[in-house]
Amino acid sequence: MFKSVKELVGLANEQQVGISEIMIQQEMSVRYLERDEVYAMMERNLEVMEDAVARSLEGVQSVTGLTGGDAVLLQKYRASGKGLSGDLLLDAVSKAIGTNEVNAAMGKICATPTAGSAGVVPGTLFAVKERLNPTRDQMLRYLFTAGAFGFVVANNASISGAAGGCQAEVGSATGMAAAAIVEMAGGTPEQSAHAFAIALKNMLGLVCDPVAGLVEVPCVKRNAMGGANALVAADMALAGITSRIPCDEVIGAMYEIGQMMPSALRETAKGGLANTPTGRWLESKIFGEQSNERVT
Amino acid sequence: MKRKERGNGEMKYRSVFDIIGPVMVGPSSSHTAGAARIGLMAGKLFGVTPEVIHVTFYGSFADTYRGHGTDVAIVGGVLGFDTFDDRIPESIKIAESKGIKIVFETSEALTDHPNTARVNLKAGDETFELVGISIGGGTIEITELNHFPLRLSGGGPALVVLHHDRFGAIAAVTRVLADHEINIGHMEVSRHEKGKQALMAIEIDDRMPREVLEEINRLPQVERSVMIGE
Repeated sequence: MFKSVKELVGLANEQQVGISEIMIQQEMSVRYLERDEVYAMMERNLEVMEDAVARSLEGVQSVTGLTGGDAVLLQKYRASGKGLSGDLLLDAVSKAIGTNEVNAAMGKICATPTAGSAGVVPGTLFAVKERLNPTRDQMLRYLFTAGAFGFVVANNASISGAAGGCQAEVGSATGMAAAAIVEMAGGTPEQSAHAFAIALKNMLGLVCDPVAGLVEVPCVKRNAMGGANALVAADMALAGITSRIPCDEVIGAMYEIGQMMPSALRETAKGGLANTPTGRWLESKIFGEQSNERVT
Repeated sequence: MKRKERGNGEMKYRSVFDIIGPVMVGPSSSHTAGAARIGLMAGKLFGVTPEVIHVTFYGSFADTYRGHGTDVAIVGGVLGFDTFDDRIPESIKIAESKGIKIVFETSEALTDHPNTARVNLKAGDETFELVGISIGGGTIEITELNHFPLRLSGGGPALVVLHHDRFGAIAAVTRVLADHEINIGHMEVSRHEKGKQALMAIEIDDRMPREVLEEINRLPQVERSVMIGE
């Protein structure tokens, strides 16, 4: 099994294939599966992602009412042609938001790499799809490439907000998406690694401070910005810009920052936005008085 | 500052589908999907419908379980609902309609991992207890079973067997594995008292077909067994 991005890129170059192919081959060998079985499993995940985005565009609302409806708002704005930051970017952002709105409403999603960060990878995929017109095979490969980078992060750092903060969740997802966009756009494995590094560097230090402990505020909007960040990082790498700090070292830095992060900022709803006056007010409105034990 | 190295190169995640996946009912992979998987593992090992489900949450689980639906997920898991089962949001109501008593408790006790849950199940005189941790992205580890500490080295496949502490039990289980050409990488056996319940934790090299597990479960010396890290 590849343990680092350096090893992953090395394997891809040695065999003259994309990152996605290395991930597919490893999955086949580790789990004794045939190629079509691995593809079928990923196809099921892709369909869940498509369904979630479709559902979000009909408008969803979470049980608490804290999130929902923003994907629709942004799609309407995009259709008006008034958008400043670019059509593809706004499409990605709205689909990232939509996926997380469905997640917050306890709908069905595919974790990428987690549920709280489930919007970035599919959001960018479905937006870039409109521009690059990929085959179904390329769309599945997008997910394998994203998965390959996430695999390295999960084994060397963390993909858990409780362990490493939001940088470990939306940060990882953003890097994964950036790397996958590069491969779909015809970039090299090295460029994927640079895109990942550039994206994650700009997510370092991001804390996990969900209001009332819910995967809603600020998670949904952090997925939006993750999608935007991923697209810009991919464009930068495709333009030939490189990260001065190697990808594996950026991942190491993310782990170290997570270790130094106080527990109040790691998914405990004790600090940051969760501890703002409005955050606390929303919490008491949603849950009323906190009690330590609940017997039902 | 000295950089803290993580583990000794152990690979906790082994599959791309640990990263792109699982397909699940929201909102949190660690606090909802992971919790459902901890519940599922407990339910499978208990083997019968419990009369009482008592869950103790620690760390981040204790602070945020209601917001993340950790409570409905873990109960859903005990009832046999997988991470993507649409019935998870309604699981507490479903359990109550079956007459199951549910108790949630939070503990301030420090645990090694912030997402820790202790699941205690009762039915008649039978009780069962499991401690699970949710390490991110829906991946879980079981750290304690009926007060037996479980020391599995990583995310690889493992077989956990609750069995009667008597001669031949270990041989019977390993014979089944040998017959199916499954190699054992590491194995531990523990018991509290001579002649009572004992636990085998067996790390194997490869994924194991369902029918092998069923064969082990049919052995007279075996109470119940489950696969971890499939």
